[in-house]
Amino acid sequence: MKFQVNGVEVFASTGGRPFDKKKPLIIFVHGSGLTHMTWVLQTRYFAFHGYSVLALDMPGHGLSGGESLKTIEDMADWISDVIDAVGYKEASLVGHSQGCLVILECAFRFPKKIKTLSLMGGAGAIPMNPELLSLAENDDPKAVDLMMDWAHGPAGHFGGHPVPGLYHINTGGMLAKSRTIKNTLGIDFRACDNYKNGFKAAKEIKIPTLSVLANGDKMCPVKEGKKLADLIDGSKIEIIDNCGHMMLLEEADKVLNVLKKFILTYFPIKKN
Amino acid sequence: MTDKKKKSTDPKTYKFDTLSLHAGYQPHKNAGSRQVPIYQTTSYLFDDVDHAAALFNLERGGHIYSRISNPTVAVLEERVAALEGGTAALATSSGMSAIFLTIMTLCEAGDHLVVSSQLYGGTVNLFRLTLPKFGVKCTFVKPRDTEGFKKAIKKNTKGIFGELVGNPGNEIMNMPEIAKIAHDAGVPLIIDATYQTPYLCKPIDHGADIVVHSLTKWMAGHGSSMAGILVEGGKFDWMQNDKFPTMTKPYEGYHGLSFAEEFGPTAFTMKARAEGMRDFGPCLSPQNAWNVLQGIETLSVRMQKHCSNAEKMVEYLLSHESVAWVSHPSVPDHPDHDLAKKLLPHGKGSMIAFGIKGGKEAGEAFINNVKLASHLANVGDTRTLVIHPASSTHSQMNEATLKFAGLSQDMIRLSVGIEDFDDIRNDFETGFRAARRPRLVSNQ
Ligand SMILES: Cc1ncc(COP(=O)(O)O)c(C=O)c1O
Repeated sequence: MKFQVNGVEVFASTGGRPFDKKKPLIIFVHGSGLTHMTWVLQTRYFAFHGYSVLALDMPGHGLSGGESLKTIEDMADWISDVIDAVGYKEASLVGHSQGCLVILECAFRFPKKIKTLSLMGGAGAIPMNPELLSLAENDDPKAVDLMMDWAHGPAGHFGGHPVPGLYHINTGGMLAKSRTIKNTLGIDFRACDNYKNGFKAAKEIKIPTLSVLANGDKMCPVKEGKKLADLIDGSKIEIIDNCGHMMLLEEADKVLNVLKKFILTYFPIKKN
Repeated sequence: MTDKKKKSTDPKTYKFDTLSLHAGYQPHKNAGSRQVPIYQTTSYLFDDVDHAAALFNLERGGHIYSRISNPTVAVLEERVAALEGGTAALATSSGMSAIFLTIMTLCEAGDHLVVSSQLYGGTVNLFRLTLPKFGVKCTFVKPRDTEGFKKAIKKNTKGIFGELVGNPGNEIMNMPEIAKIAHDAGVPLIIDATYQTPYLCKPIDHGADIVVHSLTKWMAGHGSSMAGILVEGGKFDWMQNDKFPTMTKPYEGYHGLSFAEEFGPTAFTMKARAEGMRDFGPCLSPQNAWNVLQGIETLSVRMQKHCSNAEKMVEYLLSHESVAWVSHPSVPDHPDHDLAKKLLPHGKGSMIAFGIKGGKEAGEAFINNVKLASHLANVGDTRTLVIHPASSTHSQMNEATLKFAGLSQDMIRLSVGIEDFDDIRNDFETGFRAARRPRLVSNQ
């Protein structure tokens, strides 16, 4: 659906069901240079099972208007604005990669609004490889090719997409090339590289938190994900085998299963 | 800075030959089976009712019923998508059904297509006679008439369709320019790349939005199995205009799903499967998918041999006393030679047309006397194939209609195989000798 946030048109997938304000809200935040489509194998489940879902396109990304936000802090504030804009007081947040930094910072800034955090392939800091950062800022499509290489685990490189007929590397690459690379990936990578508040924010988080990590993840390795999770009070860790950073698609079912268990436990649908 | 640091990093994603052997398949998810298993089944168990509902609602990926998808067929689909540089693919029971499904996913009654006039005969019939029954009309344009494609576009045009190298005339479409014409008009370019395979040309890299293949031909190579596929490039923006409401508007058949919004770069394939396979059902059998996969494993080495044999054949024919003319894009005076160099850098394909001195009679004698070359109505087998259209596929036509179809009485169509070239040449010598004989008799 399309709606306005601070006067700018925003697109979010509602997971194939109409947006219904009576249902609890889960917001999905994509990673660097990507779009709402990375979440297609998680969102539809929740939308069909009693939740209102918004898989956002960040400003300047996918089908959303406006320009890309330049810092993780601005993105965190913007997520809070999204919650206000759709008339909610609270939401559960799910993030992937850069999206983890965003939702972590958002929960740090708005502790009352955010009910649970699900971090997929997250870390407390995501320092960028200087070459990758420079390629992306210079609008070089090689940035996308390198990202697709590093973002998929050994198994994902062969394929074996859960949706019959789709090929991981080219689908991901096309998503990341759907808008101008320097205005999406370039700005996002710089925002990740500049963000330094992750570990401090983690220590302040008091809400239920799940970290889903993949043992073939080169971009946010398990070690880094654990370092972050260990700072968050009572946080849970799930490790996905044989999988890389693009776990939402590479092992979509396993990710959905752990997310489902976590959300249904810590953010259940209230029965009247 | 050390030298090591200065060196730029290149992506280590797998390249063409590796992909043709491995793409789309993970052995560890299939009992460690090194070869792709043949899932000879119609249907798949659901874990529980929730799982069943999830599959039907497209909440999860997976298989329900082999008309819609099958694990062996899915390996083939991913493999061809990987080789073509596409986001997704959908395999079908034949090349014709891939073309039909593509058009049915794109068009509605009242729509119009601009189509190259040099196409495989079955495709011509589909566009000229069958699609109009469904309310889809076509304007045919000669493949070299790039401006003509532009002029033929109407308000209700929904796409441009063509074969990169037309058959049997070997006329080449200027794909990059025609892609631009399509995109300026806000419609996709669909290319039938059966004769090229992704080894010779990846149309998506030159602006095509959808690629279709008859896998029956060079992709499989062995001539044992019928199969087709459509591959999506993923770049085309279906939401840029209001021409494609069935891609962009809520679809009643799936809880108001908008394919373009939900699946973006794979929207076309998702719709072709969810709607087309469900409602028309031209599914590929798992056995045939497996057969085609066996062929694709050796695509590069086969295509190299096809092309090197074709080049030797062109040279041989050009200098042969019994040959009146030779048409192949590798011949320097072929009108599209320069375009072919640009679009087909790894080889110009293995389809050759040539004129035999002595006309129809000589053509018949040639065909009747070759022993190694097979006389049949197919192309792209590993074996050398020949046909004399004027006495077979097009025998009902007179001189004028033959000319209109780009054919002539003296034309032999040749699909060069990968046998030892000397053996093919010796066989042709026998054919040519026989072809000269009736002429000698009639000259006396
Ligand atoms: C270029 C081309 N496209 C499509 C087809 C149709 O494919 P199939 O015979 O697999 O249905 C053919 C068949 O000869 C062909 O040559």
